[in-house]
Amino acid sequence: MRRFVGLAALAAVLACGGANAQQVNVKIGVLSDMSSLYADIGGPGSVAAAKMAIADFTKDHPNVKVDLISGDHQNKPDIGTQIANQWYDVDKVDMIIDVPNSGVALATSQVASSKNKVFIVSGAAASDITGPKCNANTIHWTYDTWMLANGTGTAIVKTGGDSWFFLTSDYAFGHALERDTMAAVEKAGGKVLGKVRHPINTNDFSSFLLQAQSSKAKVIGLANAGGDTINSIKQAAEFGIVKGGQSLAGLLVFASDVAALGLPTAQGLILTETWYWDMNDANRAWTKRWQQERQGKWPTMIHAGVYAGITHYLKAAVALKGNLSDGKAVVAQMKSMPTEDQLFGKGTIRPDGRKIHPAYLLEVKKPSDSKHPGDFYNVRATIPADQAFRPLKEGNCPLVSG
Amino acid sequence: MFEIFGIPSTALFGQLLIGLINGSFYALLSLGLAVIFGMLNIINFSHGAQYMMGAFAAYLILQYSGLGYWPALIIAPILVGFTGILVERFLLQWLYKLDHLYGLLLTFGLALIFEGVARNYFGSAGLPYTVPESLRGGQNLGFMFLPNYRAWVVAASLVVCFGTWFVIERTRLGAYLRAATENPTLVRAFGINVPRMITLTYGFGVALAAFAGVMAAPIYNVSPQMGAELIIVVFAVVVIGGMGSILGAIVTGFGLGVIEGLTKVFFPEASNTVIFVIMAIVLLVRPAGLFGRRA
Repeated sequence: MRRFVGLAALAAVLACGGANAQQVNVKIGVLSDMSSLYADIGGPGSVAAAKMAIADFTKDHPNVKVDLISGDHQNKPDIGTQIANQWYDVDKVDMIIDVPNSGVALATSQVASSKNKVFIVSGAAASDITGPKCNANTIHWTYDTWMLANGTGTAIVKTGGDSWFFLTSDYAFGHALERDTMAAVEKAGGKVLGKVRHPINTNDFSSFLLQAQSSKAKVIGLANAGGDTINSIKQAAEFGIVKGGQSLAGLLVFASDVAALGLPTAQGLILTETWYWDMNDANRAWTKRWQQERQGKWPTMIHAGVYAGITHYLKAAVALKGNLSDGKAVVAQMKSMPTEDQLFGKGTIRPDGRKIHPAYLLEVKKPSDSKHPGDFYNVRATIPADQAFRPLKEGNCPLVSG
Repeated sequence: MFEIFGIPSTALFGQLLIGLINGSFYALLSLGLAVIFGMLNIINFSHGAQYMMGAFAAYLILQYSGLGYWPALIIAPILVGFTGILVERFLLQWLYKLDHLYGLLLTFGLALIFEGVARNYFGSAGLPYTVPESLRGGQNLGFMFLPNYRAWVVAASLVVCFGTWFVIERTRLGAYLRAATENPTLVRAFGINVPRMITLTYGFGVALAAFAGVMAAPIYNVSPQMGAELIIVVFAVVVIGGMGSILGAIVTGFGLGVIEGLTKVFFPEASNTVIFVIMAIVLLVRPAGLFGRRA
């Protein structure tokens, strides 16, 4: 009799569970550079985007409860892995997102894999994340070095810039960007005359620019990011590089960098991004909300990627009824569902973890063409989703056999 | 055209000149540090932040009053120097009798606060600032294109460095200052207001940092962390030159700029390490630095 009552109670509970949507508890950690050179491209802006994603999703799914924490990896892989370990083990974080700086992201990806948790990369660029170093726990959302190289590199060679010299940031990201761009340039029929590798956070580029100048290359490719890119462009203008007939290719330039340079210095620069705030009404409306928390700033594609990544993750969490303990299963679920959100539209996630969406070739406007604050770019071309990223088979990802 | 170690000589001359230009920033900053350490015995770790404040002040002056580079070159150091005076009056003056470590910790903490405040209000990406109209363009020297602005940086830096050295080492005011550091009680007995002199010296050292900041604004990214990146190198320069030695700071500033410039040609990856390698060697051979006197 007692057993019967127990079974009846269990049945009643199960029945109720079916009637009301099941309670889903999720904990997400935004791991980013909060205080140094990448803090404006990711950082607090990523946290703001994460909050928006959670608010939007839980409005339609009141049964989902999301805890959000954030941390500063200070661009140091050891600190990044330490935080990731603690979040996954002690704080019971289900998913880590963002992580600008490819060195830290590659390290975090290892941690996620060994603990069987989920890691969504928005901030980092190295295409190795879905290449030789891919794993079943990591998704690379927003952009990567192959896509940047393919977009900007190919476009510039096609318009006559067929000899290149690289200024490369001397760490995982710079090397990947340089390698991918060299491949794209050579594939399009251009040649690479030389390169110089500079330490991250270099103040003065004049010495490197002089070397680039004497190489007589038509295009100087800037395989660096953040403050390094800003310094290179600022000083290239000063040394008359562009006036001397050479052109600059910013291989990774964000809206925040353009704001820091000012249009008079940045005008004419060609770059590739996967999201631009002023491209359509949905983006503009989103940006307006984002700016309530980040006044006077412009969101970057990384922020958009954090929003979209969390949205898709939460959809998968609901589909799995909150059963998030097996990270590989969650990532498999995310890959099996098509993605759709207000910022990137419809897309997919490939077996190697690469999120697929279109990319845009942009050109920085002349100051006279800029109609309102933040009106930075002309869209020169749209690279369709199926061409924007490295073909699945060329990545050497162990998850993709054959 | 002949070659040196596989590098065309013309390229090498260019690199030497560029090294000299970068050296002028090192010299300006290490000069301020040396003045402050020599006269106050304070290791001013907020020097980098004060350099950053100089650049930010130039930006804000342009934004809010429309005054450009030249007025900013005067106004920004005065404003930032004044904040230095406040810091000295309210905080630093209580630490002179304590170990160096206390001054170092206080100024380091202040640097973090200044940078944090700047990051909070302006973000980390940086602020735009352009080269003044009158210094745009450049000269073709045959072996390199020398932007006018860089030529101005070297000239201004040499004048300021020499001027400071002259005032401290060759004038009566400088003699008072040096005497006050040796024996403040005796100098006070002669009727000289030593605390006020020390306050003004700190203000001057900070103003030098801000001056370097304004000079840097048109060519370097104006961001909250701009000083933190530079200050470590500048400390190495001061240590190599000999703590507190004015001449040492100036000479090693220019010299290390040149060495760093050459490293950027022959082994670019090591360009931000070479100064520390030299520092280690100098400390092993001459612990007081190249120009320092043994205590």
